Amino acid sequence: MNSHDYDYLDGNAAAGELSKIFVMDMTTAEGCCMHCGATKHFAEAHLYVKCPGIVARCAVCDEVLLRLVSIGERAFLDLRGMTYLRLDTSQLQ
Amino acid sequence: MWRTATVVAVRDETATARTITMEVPDWPGHLAGQHVDVRLTATDGYSAARSYSIANAPNSGMRVELTVERLPNGEVSPYLTQELRVGDQMEIKGPVGGWFVWQPQQTEPIQLLAGGAGLVPLMAMIRSRQSAGCAAPFRLLYSVREPEAVLYSDELRVLSENDRGVALTYAYTRSAPKDWPRAPGRIDASLIANTSWSSTAGPTCYVCGPTSFVERASNLLIASGYSPDRIRTERFGPTGEQR
Repeated sequence: MNSHDYDYLDGNAAAGELSKIFVMDMTTAEGCCMHCGATKHFAEAHLYVKCPGIVARCAVCDEVLLRLVSIGERAFLDLRGMTYLRLDTSQLQ
Repeated sequence: MWRTATVVAVRDETATARTITMEVPDWPGHLAGQHVDVRLTATDGYSAARSYSIANAPNSGMRVELTVERLPNGEVSPYLTQELRVGDQMEIKGPVGGWFVWQPQQTEPIQLLAGGAGLVPLMAMIRSRQSAGCAAPFRLLYSVREPEAVLYSDELRVLSENDRGVALTYAYTRSAPKDWPRAPGRIDASLIANTSWSSTAGPTCYVCGPTSFVERASNLLIASGYSPDRIRTERFGPTGEQR
């Protein structure tokens, strides 16, 4: 493998960006990949940041889970790669 | 929410890494392993933000410490490691991230694997353990380029010499001290087998470093019998956002 095969971080690194949008910490949320069905913590996703915005891919099948692009005062969030997110609502108490 | 942090101390750790201690009014507290976003804004309005792991233990009041490694072509890290002075201010947001964290109520054995500056959040876990007086046994395998690049070397020496429950193994990748028992090189299966907790001890493992290190380390752990769900990873690299 060459270094380009490792051109990603993990979902942890999106914690700051996602905290602008979500009240809860999304890195501890579990998301179900709509492509392969794997359910994993968002922190475990592979995160690509060398692009306009951020792209999270499934650590199992490498398909896209989430895309987030901010342009000026607008953010575009695409979550269709996950069929659901399981959230720890105890954070809200 | 961005908070204004004031630099109260700077300390060089190595030729390229510096620890910055800040006071942050209304700091909500953090967990060991979390990170913050740092934003610098120039007089012309240009701003740049980066993520850095928090280095200090959670119960430090309003104090937040970051250890920043200077990147050769970095935009923010040269400023933080060379220009920043006591009394300067910057904006920070956080803490963020609730996955890659260790909390004092965890009692199981802990295996830490650090690659280079990936030691920083793991050091926060060690410091958290010490300050909370926890008994959970820790082992740290620290892969580092050369002795001169070791972060927190004095503090680590004190921890490992006095049987404080933190066992430390250095794995030098480029040059080792004279008479070091292991030739310089990347971590491998025998090193993992000889220095890490057996998977049967039920450890939780935290791995942090550049992505190539994290991939290699977690694959070696899984090959040695660790369950993937007991391994938490944090890969780091440039996280710049420019506005």
